[in-house]
Amino acid sequence: MLNERVLNILQESFFKILIPGITYTIPLTLVSFAFGLLIAIVAALIQVSNVRILTPIIRFYVWVIRGTPLLVQLFIIFYGLPNAGIVLKALPAAIIAFSLNVGAYASETLRASILSVPLGQIEAGYSLGMNYFQVLRRIILPQAFKVSVPPLFNSFISLVKDTSLAANITVTEMFMVTQRIAAKTFEPLALYCEVAFIYLLFCTVLSKVQKIAERKLKLEQG
Amino acid sequence: MLQIKKLCKHYDDLKVLDQINLEIESNKTTVIIGPSGSGKTTLLRCLNLLTVPDAGEIDLNGFTLAFDANRPIQKKKILDFRKKTGMVFQSFNLFSHRTVIENIIEGPVTVLKKTKPEAIEEGMALLKKVGLEDKANHYPKQLSGGQQQRVAIARALAMKPEVLLFDEPTSALDPELEIEVLEIIRTLAEEHYTIVIVTHKMGFAKEVGDKIIFLENGKVLSQGSYSELYYSGNERISRFLNTLQ
Repeated sequence: MLNERVLNILQESFFKILIPGITYTIPLTLVSFAFGLLIAIVAALIQVSNVRILTPIIRFYVWVIRGTPLLVQLFIIFYGLPNAGIVLKALPAAIIAFSLNVGAYASETLRASILSVPLGQIEAGYSLGMNYFQVLRRIILPQAFKVSVPPLFNSFISLVKDTSLAANITVTEMFMVTQRIAAKTFEPLALYCEVAFIYLLFCTVLSKVQKIAERKLKLEQG
Repeated sequence: MLQIKKLCKHYDDLKVLDQINLEIESNKTTVIIGPSGSGKTTLLRCLNLLTVPDAGEIDLNGFTLAFDANRPIQKKKILDFRKKTGMVFQSFNLFSHRTVIENIIEGPVTVLKKTKPEAIEEGMALLKKVGLEDKANHYPKQLSGGQQQRVAIARALAMKPEVLLFDEPTSALDPELEIEVLEIIRTLAEEHYTIVIVTHKMGFAKEVGDKIIFLENGKVLSQGSYSELYYSGNERISRFLNTLQ
């Protein structure tokens, strides 16, 4: 199986795959995660603060996004919305879909983290005369943040891999490029394993970053 | 002087506080006793507005709050009132992400807008008072329960409150650790802080309590000095005091 021809193909294609990884997969992941996290923070705060009209809207949003496949969401935004007069380029469409998806999942992570802060400490804050925002900023969020780091990394790592779905809406990220090379060379096994290896590489780096982040956060508590 | 007039609090059909009238004198120690579920903790929490009463009035040295279930009290008033009261909880409730000294300066810096150096200086003096100046940079989980409660007392004192509220401050502690906390409360009583304390420690109540309030079913059954209560001839109260001796 691994004859000289295959080895040559693997070698030649490695950078051809890695480059869209660096120019598409990584930026797509970072930008989508940043927007997603922003959505998640706002959504989680709205949920725990129980705002009259907004809270049901956020619940609805989380319900819909978590209850439908990401691939279907991508298709609705890229192939579906033009029927409603909204035409998006592939990359922005992917960013919107991934951001909304991460936002829904991460908002639940953040909500749970916020609820994990002991009520007694919140009351202690109030008993000192702090207002809601001071309690939130000084007591709840710093502690919730620490709790949320491991599950947020989970979402982050998932997103790296999920960006491969963008190939389905014509984004020329790593997987799309791999598919093209595989079609030309008739070596799908070797090439798909190769791209899998590159995803694994990216995720391994992230796992290491998570370890370091967790160690740093624990150090603070002595 | 802390005056409480016709204070009421109910949860659905349950009347937790039923027309409480009390006068709590400044610079004295008032002890609230009573069986479980009598409303002691609710009363104390109402004095810090962690629980907002449904009706009645609270007046702390001229700062008056009138409660009406249909008209929620202004948030600003609640915050201002809380600044005047210091609360020490049964379960300490120190901020676990903050060191001891950070716990103590949190209120003065965030709420009273003091500068950090000033708050730290005052905080260190308070830590000395509770005998923990060497623990300033420790985190709460590195301390024993007794030490945590002493830090919590220092945190409440840092706000220079007009009244100090203690909610069963030693219930979560071993007898051995209990002593160190009671010792500090005793010192504060001797220094004539205005103290309201909910406790089951009858010996301690007898010793430091200038006035004892006996609560049952959300009502003040009796109040007075320990001996007044003990010899009041009220069988219910004598029995309660005897069982907890």
